[in-house]
This record gives sequence, C-alpha cells and structure tokens, in this order.
Amino acid sequence: MRKQRHSADATFSGDTTGGRVQLTLSGRLGVETVGRLWPDVRRVLEAKGIQSLALDASGVEYCDGAGMALFVYVRRAAARLGVELSIGGLKDDFAGMLDLYPEATFEEQPPETKGVRDFIEEVGMVFAETVCGWRDHVAFLGELTVAMFKTLLHPAGLRIKDFLSVAEASGARALPIIGMLGFLIGLIMAFQGAVLMAQFGAEIYIADFVGMSITRELGPLITAIIVAGRTGSAFAAELGTMKVNEEIDAFTTMGLDPVRFLVVPRVLAATLMTPLLAIFANLFGMAGGAVVMRGLGFPLVTYVNRVVAVVSAVDFMGGLVKALVFGLLISTAGCLCGLRTGEGASAVGNSATRAVVSSIVMIVIADGLFAVAFYFLGI
Amino acid sequence: MQNKPIITVEGMTARYGDVLVLDELTFEVARGEIFVILGGSGCGKSTLLKHMIGLYEPYAGDIKIDDASVVTTQGAERDALIRRFGVMYQSGALFGSMTLLENICLPLEEFTDLGKEARELIARMKLGLVGLADYAHHMPSAISGGMKKRAAIARAMALDPEILFLDEPSAGLDPITADELDELIIQLSRTLNITFVVVTHELPSIYKIADRVIMLDARTKKIIAEGDPAELRDTCDNEWVRDFFNRKGGVANNS
Repeated sequence: MRKQRHSADATFSGDTTGGRVQLTLSGRLGVETVGRLWPDVRRVLEAKGIQSLALDASGVEYCDGAGMALFVYVRRAAARLGVELSIGGLKDDFAGMLDLYPEATFEEQPPETKGVRDFIEEVGMVFAETVCGWRDHVAFLGELTVAMFKTLLHPAGLRIKDFLSVAEASGARALPIIGMLGFLIGLIMAFQGAVLMAQFGAEIYIADFVGMSITRELGPLITAIIVAGRTGSAFAAELGTMKVNEEIDAFTTMGLDPVRFLVVPRVLAATLMTPLLAIFANLFGMAGGAVVMRGLGFPLVTYVNRVVAVVSAVDFMGGLVKALVFGLLISTAGCLCGLRTGEGASAVGNSATRAVVSSIVMIVIADGLFAVAFYFLGI
Repeated sequence: MQNKPIITVEGMTARYGDVLVLDELTFEVARGEIFVILGGSGCGKSTLLKHMIGLYEPYAGDIKIDDASVVTTQGAERDALIRRFGVMYQSGALFGSMTLLENICLPLEEFTDLGKEARELIARMKLGLVGLADYAHHMPSAISGGMKKRAAIARAMALDPEILFLDEPSAGLDPITADELDELIIQLSRTLNITFVVVTHELPSIYKIADRVIMLDARTKKIIAEGDPAELRDTCDNEWVRDFFNRKGGVANNS
C-alpha cells in the first residue's frame, strides 16, 4: 500500500509493507502546507498491525512549528503503538528545534471527570456565592450610609471637584435627551388621549390627563430610565475598569476609603441631579401636550390654565421625591456593581449590564411601592 | 545577513498632536537578525513599534516590509502583509473570553487549513515552549502577569511569522524564565531565520540576543546610537549611551 501526496511544495508518502511503515516527508513543512498532509499521515498511522515506523526526513528544506507538530504527532503515534521510531536525515537545525519540544513540556492532563459530588459541590458554591453577594450588598450599603453621614457632618470632606464633574456629566449633559424624550412622550400621550376623548367631545381634559400622568408618573420614570442607561452604566464601567486596573486596591492600600472618594460624590451628584432632570422632563412633556392642544384649536392659555388648575404642588413634589429615590437607587446599584467587578474586560461589560438591569428592576418596584404609599396617604 | 533589509524605516516622524515623539528616524532591519530598540523611559520605543506594525500612521516618512509600505498598503495586500508578522504587546493582550489554548488556536483556525487535532497539538507545543502547558485551559484572568506575557509570545508565534515584534518580552519575568525566553528567541532566529524586533530594557538579555541595537533619545527624539551593544558600551562617543550599557556590564562580560 502506498500513499503519496504533494501539497504546494511539501510532499508526503507512506509505504506499508508487512508491518513496517516507511514515511517520507520532504519540501517545505510550514503552516500553509502541513494542514493538507496531516490527514494522510493520520490515515497511514491508523493502519492495523504496525510493527515498526521509519521516517525519512532528508528532503525537508524548511520546517516551522506546524512541521514540528507533524513530527511530534508521528512520535506520539509510535509511542501509542509501542513501536520504535527512527527519524532519519533530519537536518541538525531542525533536530535541534525538535529537541525544544520534549513530550513532557506539553503533555495533556486527562480531562477532569464530573461526578455527582462535583455537581453537589457546584450547587453549594453557587449558593455560598449568592449569600456572600447579599452580605456584600448589605455591607456596602452600610459603608455608604456611614460615609454619607460623615460627609453630611463634615461637608469639607466631600471631593467637590469630583462631585461637580459627575453632576455635569450625569445632569447637564443629559438635558437634551431628557428634553427630547419628555417632549415626545407628552406629544404621544396627548395624541392618544385626543383619539379617546374626541369621542366624548372632552378634548379639554387632555390637559388634565397629560399634566397628571407626566408630573406624577412618566416624567420621573423616563428620567430614571435614562439616568440608569446613561449614568448607572457609566458608574459601573468606570469603577469596574478602576477595579481591573487595581486602582481601587491602590486607594485601599494608601489608607483611603474608596467609598468616600469614589462612591459618595457619584451617589450624591446623581441623586441630586435626577429630580432636576425630572423637572425638565415634566416641562418638556407638557410642552408636547401643548403642541397637540394647539393643533386641536385650543389657545395656549386655556391649556396652561387647565394644567395649573389640575396639577397641584403635591403632585409635582411627589414626582420629584420619586425621582430623588430613583436617583439614589440607580447610583448605588451602579457603584456597587462597579466595585464588585471581576477580572478582565468582559467582567466590566457584565457589571454595566447588571447595573442597568438591576436599576430598572428596582425603579419599577419602587414605583409600585410609591403608588401604594401615595394611595394610602391620599396624595 | 548583508542582503536586502526586511524592514526599512525612512525618515519617519511621529507626533501625538503637537508633541513631537520621534523625529525623522531612518534605519533598516536585516533579514533574520535580532534587532533591539533601546532607550530611556518615555523616549518613544513603544510608539516606534506601533508605527512599525502599522497601528499608528506616521506624521511623515514611510515604513516598508520588503517593498510593501505598512503605511499605504490597503485591502487584501494589507491582510497578507499583516500575516507576515506576529506581535506581542506589553500587557499580553490575550483575549479575555478565551482559554490560553483557544487564544493560540484562533489564528491557526482562521488562517490555515489545519485540522482541530493539528491545531491543538501546535498550540500545546507553543504553550510548552513557554512553559505553560499545564495552563492550557485557564482563562487569561486566572494567571499571573508574567504568564500572560509568555502566553502572548506563544500566540504571536502561532503562525510562525517571518517577523516577530516583541514589546518588553522579559520584563516582569524571573531571571531563569527570561533566560529561557532569550534562548528560544536565538533558536528561532537561527533555525527559522525569523527576524526579531524587540523593545527591552534588560541588559543581560540585550547582550545575549541582540545582533544590533538602536538607541532612541528622549530629548532630541532621534537615534543617538546604532550598532553592536558590546561595541557601543566600549567605544560610543556619547557618555549616556556608555553609561546605559555599563550599568550591568559585569554580568554581560561573564555571560
């Protein structure tokens, strides 16, 4: 049986007579040629009843790592079959290269088998991690509360520069997007309302509808969702990258509290900015409603008067309180996720995702609680 | 080695905005030589390397590998050009979402027709070369900085490129591993005629591996010395250059 293969400028032939296998490799054994020779070599070596293996490499002109791998492959096959392998004619340089790869340096360990015990162990680990996660959460909230109180007692300890730059990034720079979304939501609400109310000839009540829903509910909610997407994720990514770069560790080993330096300014700034943004969302939302009302032929003054008559200061303030709480939840979640980042680039991404998702979940839950509380308080 | 140079840098100037980093550098790297770029901290060594591999576009001048310009070549020719060299970045730059084995298998999988068995054997052998075979299934985040560096060298060598660019390969390694790495570089350069362009500070390593060095000056932004390290140590006119090479001259003399 004889197999022969030319691949670009590398050739292989395998000659099996009786139990003796004679392999011949020649030409340029490189990454671009070895791939095509490999299956043929394997086929020859998989034959049954091999008693001896001889490899003639006198024609090998060039041999890189891939070529070496082919030699190693043959060497391993010989070891597996328990037969002697003689490599003849390999140039000294290449033989020296082959010596760089003693089998012991890249042996494969047998893959770990997973039994029932491993499964139980894994379940236990996940449970323990979850519990530790909660503990961390509580510990972090405690640390943050203490740091916040300290800052309130000694306002000079606040990193005012950091606070202002975070306030700018999470507040002032969010204005255009908040304004635009608020306006569009107001517009859409008014339109939807118009279709419904026109059936009863009650278009004037669009003002009530838009004014109440925007100030009490939608203004703060839209603001919170944008802040979660813009600011919460930014906090998590920022602190996460600092964690990966060991900057957080540097704070700790310098005896500085990362919560005071990094978290307090962020949480304070974002918490204070969210209600301010919500005011803008309210304003632009009502402007959106006004555009629809003007389109329906109502004068602007009618709309404004109606809104002022219906929306009380309590409604307005209630919305702002909600926004304040949302801001606190978002910034805390963002910072916590950032500080708990693992190792590597993907961990930062995971933290940002977790920050946004948990923020939004918490916003909705908190919103529900507010609705119940406001109902019982009669607000 | 006296034949046509493999890399030619012609009057290359690099700037970051208004800041001049490298001023009209001109030099050649011969095929098969181990070429070392030296200089004090902040003199633009890594910047030079990043220009040579085409990551940054020079402000002026040109860099050629054989006759193909790293700066202007585009499209399929550029892909072919890029495959001629491997790069090891200072921090390793391993892909964090893959195990070490997968990191090394990736270029083999994308650019060759090798089967899975062959790819994995090659990747394991490369890992074995840098002493990391036991960590084949580890994620980069689970190994130390020095190990990441070694794995990165293994990845740079995956396709057995003609040129290997190494950015501080032995920094952060223990002396024995660093020495083994130097041996490996010499062996690869001798047997496979791979050209090495190495940025390093380690004097023992420089004396051991360098065929030729260039030294960059942070003040003038130009090359202040070029040649054989031992000769520069003894005969260079510039006192700073002699000083640099004499820091650990004793060690080098013994080796």
